[in-house]
Amino acid sequence: MQLALFIIFAVLCVVFALNFLFQRHPINSALSLIVVMMSLAVIYWTLGAEFLAAAQVIVYSGAVMVLFTFVIMLLNAGEEERTRGSKIAYIVGIPGVIAVFALLAYTFVHEHSTLGMAHLGGHLNNGVSNLEEVSRILFTDMLLPFEVTSILILVAILGAVVLARKEH
Amino acid sequence: MHLSDFQIFLLLTILKIVVVLVIMLTSVAYTVLLERKVIGLIQNRWGPSRVGPFGLLQPLVDGIKLFLKEDLMPMAVERPLFVIAPVIALSCALVSISVVPFGNVFTYRGVSLFEISDINIGLLVILGITSIGVYGIALSGWSSNNKYSLLGSLRASAQLISYELALGLSLVGVVLRAGSLRLRDIVDSQSAHGALSWNIFGGPARVHGAGGTTWAIVGGFQILGFFIYLMAAYAETNRAPFDLPEAESELVAGYHTEYSSMKFAMFFMAEYANMITVSCVATLLFFGGASSPLGHLLPDNFGGTFLSAIFPILWFVFKVFCFLFLYIWVRSTLPRFRYDQLMSFGWKFLLPAAMLNIVLTSLVLAFHG
Repeated sequence: MQLALFIIFAVLCVVFALNFLFQRHPINSALSLIVVMMSLAVIYWTLGAEFLAAAQVIVYSGAVMVLFTFVIMLLNAGEEERTRGSKIAYIVGIPGVIAVFALLAYTFVHEHSTLGMAHLGGHLNNGVSNLEEVSRILFTDMLLPFEVTSILILVAILGAVVLARKEH
Repeated sequence: MHLSDFQIFLLLTILKIVVVLVIMLTSVAYTVLLERKVIGLIQNRWGPSRVGPFGLLQPLVDGIKLFLKEDLMPMAVERPLFVIAPVIALSCALVSISVVPFGNVFTYRGVSLFEISDINIGLLVILGITSIGVYGIALSGWSSNNKYSLLGSLRASAQLISYELALGLSLVGVVLRAGSLRLRDIVDSQSAHGALSWNIFGGPARVHGAGGTTWAIVGGFQILGFFIYLMAAYAETNRAPFDLPEAESELVAGYHTEYSSMKFAMFFMAEYANMITVSCVATLLFFGGASSPLGHLLPDNFGGTFLSAIFPILWFVFKVFCFLFLYIWVRSTLPRFRYDQLMSFGWKFLLPAAMLNIVLTSLVLAFHG
C-alpha cells in the first residue's frame, strides 16, 4: 500500500519535473512545478513527516506558486523560443549534475547505517503526531537559527516595502 | 462470506466517500434553493415556487437545465487549462470535507463510521486544500483570454492570498487550547460542559477534578478569533460583501464570464461546497462540532445506541445550517466593498487583530495552563 503510494507519486514527481523543463510556456512550467511539490508532500507524508507535508502544500503550492502564476498572468508572459542551449551547459552542467548525483548516492548508500533509515509508511497508521517534537526542537535547540531566519525574512519584507514605495 | 479487516476498511471507506459525496452535492443543490428562497423572503417576494411543492424540485430542474445546455468553447482560450480549471475548483472544494468528523466516535470493526478519515493534521489538510483551490479561479481567468475574466481572477488571487493569512492566524488560538491539529481532539477539547466550554464562549462551570467538585472557568473565549475567521472565510469563499472577483456591475461575471453549461455549474457548485466546508470548520472549531450544547445534562446513552449516534449528527447539521443561513442573510443585507477597502481591511485590521488574539490566548494559557 505504502510502496504503491511511493511509486505512484515518485513517478509523478519525476515526470512533471521533466515536463517543467520541456514546456515552452511559463504557466505550464509553473503548473508542473506545483504537481512536483504536491507529490513531494505525499512522499514526506508516507515517511511520517506529516507536518512537513502540510507546510509544503500550504507554503509552496498554496502561496509561493500562487505568486509565481500571479506574476506570469500579470506580465502576460508568452511562449519562449526554443534554442539550441549554451555550450557551457553541455560542457559543465551535465557532468556536474552527474557528479553531484553520484556523490549523493554514494553518501546515502555508504553511510546509511549512521544516517538511520526512515521506515516507508511506518507512521501512517498510528496516531502519533510529530508536531510537538518539531515545535519543541524549534524553540529549544534550534532557537537561534529560527530567530535569525525570522529576522532575515523581516529584513526582506522591509526591503520589498522600500522598493515598492512611490518616489516623492 | 468472511471478509478480512482490510477488505472491510476498503469497502466501508468507499461507501463513506460515496455517501458523503451524495449528501454534499444534494446539500449544495438545496443551499442554492435556500438562498433563493431566503433572499426572496427578505426582498418581500416569493422566490422559486412553481416546480414541485414550495419549489422543492427547483434544484433538480436547474441541474437538468445545466446538463442540457450547449457547452460553448470560445475560440481564443487556452484549451487544456480552460477545461481543467473548473475541475480543480470543484475537486478541491469537495476533497476538503473528507477530514470533517460529522458525529461522535462510532466504530464498526475498527473503522470510524462518521468521518471519512481521521488525520492528525486535519486542520492543516483543510487549509492546504483550500489554498490549492485558488488555482481553479486563477487559471480560469487567465485561460479565458478575456479582460474581465483576467481582472476577476487577479482580484480573486490577491484577495485569497491576503485573507488566507488572517484566516490561518485566527485559528491558532483554538489550536493552542486543544494542543492538537486533529479535528477530533479540537472537538473533544470543547465538549465537556456543553455550550459553556465551546471555544467561542466561556464561563464558570462545575468541574469534577481530583480534589472533588469545584467551580472553574471553562471555555475558550475565542470570540475575537471567531469573528476574524468568519470575515476572512467570507472573503475566501468570494461571497458578499467580499464578492469582488465576480462583481457583476464592473466585471460582467468575473472569472467565469466565458464558461457555460456544466463547466459553469462546476464553479457554481464549488462556491457552495466551499461555503459548506467553511461552515463545517466554523462549527468544529468554535461551536463544539457534533457535541450537544446541553453538555451532559442528558445521559450519554440517551435513547439507546442508535439515537445516541444520530443526535450528535443532527446537532452538527443544525449548526452548519445556521452558518449557511447567516451567509445568505449577510449577502442580502450588506453592500459590496470597494477593492482598496477590501485590501486595507484585510491587511491593516484583520491581520493585526488575529495576531493580538494569538498573543492574548497564549499569555492566558501560559499563566493558567
